[in-house]
Amino acid sequence: MSELNRCEIPVVDLGKYSFDQGELPALKDLRQLSEEDKKQLLMAGVDASGLHRSGSYLHINHSKIHCSARQKGLELMDIKEALDKYEGLPEYYWQAVDKDKDEFTRAAAEKVHGGYFIRTSKGAVIQDPVQSCLFIKGENVGQNVHNIIIVEEDSELHVITGCTTSAGIESALHLGISEFYIKKGGKLTFTMVHNWGSEVMVRPRTVGIVEENGVFASNYILMRPVRSVQSYPAVFLNGRGAVARFNSILVAPKGSHINSGNKIVLNAPETRGEIISRTITTGGTIIAPGFIEGNAVPAKGHLECKGLILTNGIIHAIPELKGTVSGVELSHEAAVGKIAQEEIEYLMARGLDEEQATSTIVRGFMNVDIMGLPPELKASIEKTIQETEKDMF
Amino acid sequence: MLTIEDLHVKVGGKEILRGINLQIQEGDNCILFGPNGSGKTSLLMTIMGFAGYDVVGGRIFFRDHEITNMAPYERARLGIGMSFQRPPTIHGLKTRDMIKLCAGERKVDLDQLAQEVNFTALLDRDINSGFSGGEIKRSELLQLMAQDPSLVLFDEPESGVDLENMNLIGKITRSILDGPLEPRNGVSMKELKSRYQTSGLIITHTGYILDYINADRGHVLYEGKLCCTARPRDILDHISKYGYKECVRCLN
Repeated sequence: MSELNRCEIPVVDLGKYSFDQGELPALKDLRQLSEEDKKQLLMAGVDASGLHRSGSYLHINHSKIHCSARQKGLELMDIKEALDKYEGLPEYYWQAVDKDKDEFTRAAAEKVHGGYFIRTSKGAVIQDPVQSCLFIKGENVGQNVHNIIIVEEDSELHVITGCTTSAGIESALHLGISEFYIKKGGKLTFTMVHNWGSEVMVRPRTVGIVEENGVFASNYILMRPVRSVQSYPAVFLNGRGAVARFNSILVAPKGSHINSGNKIVLNAPETRGEIISRTITTGGTIIAPGFIEGNAVPAKGHLECKGLILTNGIIHAIPELKGTVSGVELSHEAAVGKIAQEEIEYLMARGLDEEQATSTIVRGFMNVDIMGLPPELKASIEKTIQETEKDMF
Repeated sequence: MLTIEDLHVKVGGKEILRGINLQIQEGDNCILFGPNGSGKTSLLMTIMGFAGYDVVGGRIFFRDHEITNMAPYERARLGIGMSFQRPPTIHGLKTRDMIKLCAGERKVDLDQLAQEVNFTALLDRDINSGFSGGEIKRSELLQLMAQDPSLVLFDEPESGVDLENMNLIGKITRSILDGPLEPRNGVSMKELKSRYQTSGLIITHTGYILDYINADRGHVLYEGKLCCTARPRDILDHISKYGYKECVRCLN
């Protein structure tokens, strides 16, 4: 069988990974991290200086290393502390994600190493993003994290979460449970940047529940090599007027197997959902499912998945729409293809050589702009794109 | 500046240009007439160097370089610029960024240029995305202004353009070819003229563009051959009266 056909989903062997690393010492300041680690963090959108951030959370392997919040109306702590403080968080803990969904949820339920608990107060608008980093250092470390975000009524929050391994670490397993609760009129922007190693397996399980007039906007960026990601965040729009948007940019170099999709369920009138994914393969496999279900009217959903096969590789776009009542408006457009020669030549006629033209088109295709990111994060992502481009062409 | 010698070009295996000889001097503006399918656009595309236009015979020189086999970007860097009739949309590439790419190393006042072609409101749109006929022309002109070529290839400046836009497009085209129309900063018009020596090769069907620019001469391209050289107005008058019949006779 040729290497290209190696597209079966890589299997995670839970027995291979160590889930019992000792506790690591806490850091008062993220600037105490080594330069090398800081660089890895930056590639995942996390700025160790903490500038323009309203709070920072860092989790390495199995321990919380740093946690600080500096804005009124923002509560940020390790999930274990939150579970102690709020008597197990019975309204939230394992209330959105099903504990028995699969072996990974069960593993995460059995032993949680940490994760962030973020909650806004009613009406609080948190201007600067909260940043969190789930960091793996050490070969064959298995990390179970459980994150909970609660956006209380009429409050606003932007969370940037970077998941990364330290330089030189190839193999690791990351299991992440994330549960998002967006109350009436709340708004959550959730930006996740993944920067893994080439043998890292990633199995996040994410569910969000949005109440009346709440907004959930998710950005997901994965451009660096990874052995396998399988994730399928789902959002339930349960209140009238709720909105959900997913934007993803996925790049699969040779050896990467990415199965990353999104699901939006429109359960109330006047809800809207949008899923946009941009996928590029330079030799790896991308499976991009998208699913929008309309169970109330009026409700609108649109799904757009576009794939670009730059060199060899596989892109499998699976757009799905399900309407269960008369009057729902669901649509999708999907395309898998190559860069149009016409576009390259148009740019070449303006003086760009073929490589410059191609990279300009690919950047446009990735369209980071629509994510509406804060400028410094955008700059760091542009930098990651530059780094990635070196391997692309 | 541009010299084309006995140029034969095939597109999709079919010979479209069948022995073109053409010379354009520094500062010359040439108009290209011809019926649909006669090879006008193919000639421009070949001069720009696009794939799919196979030069099977002849040579093209630009200034001191033979460019017959050069890539389009090398020709662009030597000073050839082209206005496209149906440019492709590039998603995620803002018009503003496209203009910067066109300017390359040159310093340009992007906002000022945009204002001149009434394009300010569209700078943050993806290039050519949902542009109307007039907007495409203005965007192409804006790109050329930033690129500042010394030879402009212009494919039908008037197609798909309403009268109001035509006026603006005509004036801008002229200023690209002849330099600014008004004296600036105490520089005399004579000096300005000598500084702006842009040549043009312009395709037109309707001849509207002739109301705005000083064309030195016109050529008719008929079935892949240049068959006529005359004053553009005379050619236009003749074609509108008699069609291209006379060209057939001329060729024989």
